Amino acid sequence: MSSNLINEYFRESKLPHIWCPGCSHGIVTRAIAKAIDELGLDKDKVTIVSGIGCSSRAPGYMDFNTLHTTHGRALAFATGVKLANPELDVIVITGDGDASAIGGNHLIHAARRNIDITTIVFNNNIYGMTGGQYSPTTPTGALGTTAPHGNIDKPFDIAQLAAAAGATYAARSTAYHTTQLIKYIKKGIQNKGFSLVEAASICPTYYGRKNKSGSPVKMMEHLKNNFVDVKIIDKLPEEKKAGKELMGEFKDITAPEYTAEYLKLIDRLKGAAK
Amino acid sequence: MSKKIKLMQGNEACVEAALMAGMRFYAGYPITPSTELAELSALHLPYYGGKFIQMEDEIAGIAAAIGGSLAGLKSMTATSGPGFSLKQENIGYAAIAEIPLVIVNVQRGGPSTGLPTSPAQGDVMQAKWGTHGDHPVIALSPDSVTETFNLTIRAFNLAEKYRTPVILLTDEVVGHMREKIEIPAQEDIEIYDRVKPKENEEYVPFKTEEGEIVPRMANFGEGHRYHVTGLFHDESGFPSNSSENAEVMLDHLMNKIDNNLDDIIDYEEYMMDDAEFLIVSYGSTARTVRSAIKALRAEGIKAGMFRAITLWPSPEEKLAEISKKFDKILVAEMNLGQYVQEVQRIVKSNSEVYHIGRANGEVTTPSEIVNKVKEVL
Ligand SMILES: Cc1ncc(C[n+]2csc(CCOP(=O)(O)OP(=O)(O)O)c2C)c(N)n1
Ligand code: SF4
Repeated sequence: MSSNLINEYFRESKLPHIWCPGCSHGIVTRAIAKAIDELGLDKDKVTIVSGIGCSSRAPGYMDFNTLHTTHGRALAFATGVKLANPELDVIVITGDGDASAIGGNHLIHAARRNIDITTIVFNNNIYGMTGGQYSPTTPTGALGTTAPHGNIDKPFDIAQLAAAAGATYAARSTAYHTTQLIKYIKKGIQNKGFSLVEAASICPTYYGRKNKSGSPVKMMEHLKNNFVDVKIIDKLPEEKKAGKELMGEFKDITAPEYTAEYLKLIDRLKGAAK
Repeated sequence: MSKKIKLMQGNEACVEAALMAGMRFYAGYPITPSTELAELSALHLPYYGGKFIQMEDEIAGIAAAIGGSLAGLKSMTATSGPGFSLKQENIGYAAIAEIPLVIVNVQRGGPSTGLPTSPAQGDVMQAKWGTHGDHPVIALSPDSVTETFNLTIRAFNLAEKYRTPVILLTDEVVGHMREKIEIPAQEDIEIYDRVKPKENEEYVPFKTEEGEIVPRMANFGEGHRYHVTGLFHDESGFPSNSSENAEVMLDHLMNKIDNNLDDIIDYEEYMMDDAEFLIVSYGSTARTVRSAIKALRAEGIKAGMFRAITLWPSPEEKLAEISKKFDKILVAEMNLGQYVQEVQRIVKSNSEVYHIGRANGEVTTPSEIVNKVKEVL
């Protein structure tokens, strides 16, 4: 099956990828391809837009219309693509830094407009590409090359941020929980509006090494054991809740979508005097 | 549709021309004195089936406009002063990724928030060097409402033809003044559309075909799946670190402009036939220079003006040639000395180059130019 996915949705001549051994970016990228495959989307109509970062290199390997932009700006470029041609299925691939630091403003405004773009955040809690500086999702107390004494910042919850800003679909899974990840990406793509799916990920090379998180396998086990579905968290005894992070679907509603509203506006003015 | 006579502001003429040139996408963020460009685009575009979006900032404005262009619509963004500074990174992106795009900068006093409602020509060097790295630039500078109209059409045509961002560098005076303008009939306007790849042919997205200037451009969604990046890339569009490839790519970017200067460059010679003294100017300052030249001639001083319409690439060959006839040249511009450096570079030792200009929000008066000419003569 996975080799079919590669034949069908990846630019084989551009592989192998640049990611480090043990990096989870490949798993999340595969989940996106799998979701597209299961939905049977027309490849010519899929456009994948990314910013800058290790994660943002993913579109280059994928056989669609792909746009690798500037750091943080993927959603702004994607907004232009989608509004210019609403028939396209527009997906944004971004990192935690790309999406929520330099691109934070574009994120909340894309969510507010409820424009039909599905954003997949590869959240490894660190700036991978530039060598391990802390990001807006680095946990308080964790180490980064620019937090050598421990991070005193508080982290963002990107999925909840998007939900609060107006996204009509917001969910989080992990690079370990791929079944849910694929399901959420599919639901995100199907949602007529702004969707954000966060994929909790690992960067063994920088985050892992700096924080002595152990091997990539150990880091994946941490994803497995530490994330609890929002639907069952309340059923857990207090002692089991401690230190756990939430995954699952945080928002799934319907609301007017931006490009559809714009097309209605064009229709409304048709025939009217200029 | 036939031609019509109208009384219009420069900014209005720009939007009117953009629509006639085929603009169907506008993304921007409001800022004085460019705001009318956003307002009028918002008003008119939906009637044409076009799209307007007010983005969250100027960076997003140009980013969305690039996205709109890639999805197949002729796109524009407009701004002033601080907004032009914010757009710089993505101007470089459009240059390296070869995206047709028109960026209007209605210049105002700077630096920083500066003088929001006052004119300036302080972004001339920024238009050329504002984004990092070596890159091609086309920047056009109109001196009237009619010329704003004409150069807006040209900006779209050049952007499509050379697959490059084109900057229309106007200023608060030209943007806000009202003049009579004759709007030509749509069928009398020459329009250039990007060349698309042939159907059913293997598409090498960044390969220039024999005898063509730029690679053919496929719109996203029309069946050619390809990759666009701001990294140095090879003909396939994929990133490449090789320095040989980087050189080939940069040569292509520079040469598509440098080998077509005759097509791109535009200038005006005003009262130059018998001129004994040369003033070089551009944009709204050229209007003051015209009055000054008339006053000088009334006093028997035969001055003439060379007006750069294409600021970048600069009309180097022509200016170098005519400078041989003048011992002294005065450059008049609304800044503390920007294009004068380009003029000095071009004329070398042919002429002594002087400068008049200020950056306090006030335009130089004709009599100040007259006095300056008398002083240097
Ligand atoms: C304007 C700008 N600022 C900074 C950078 C440097 N930079 C490149 S990627 C990156 C961080 C990427 O981190 P993230 O988005 O979390 O992705 P990851 O590499 O971890 O997948 C930074 C700071 C840049 N390319 N452009
Ligand atoms: S640096 Fe980290 S995020 Fe980047 S490829 Fe390596 S492991 Fe992955």
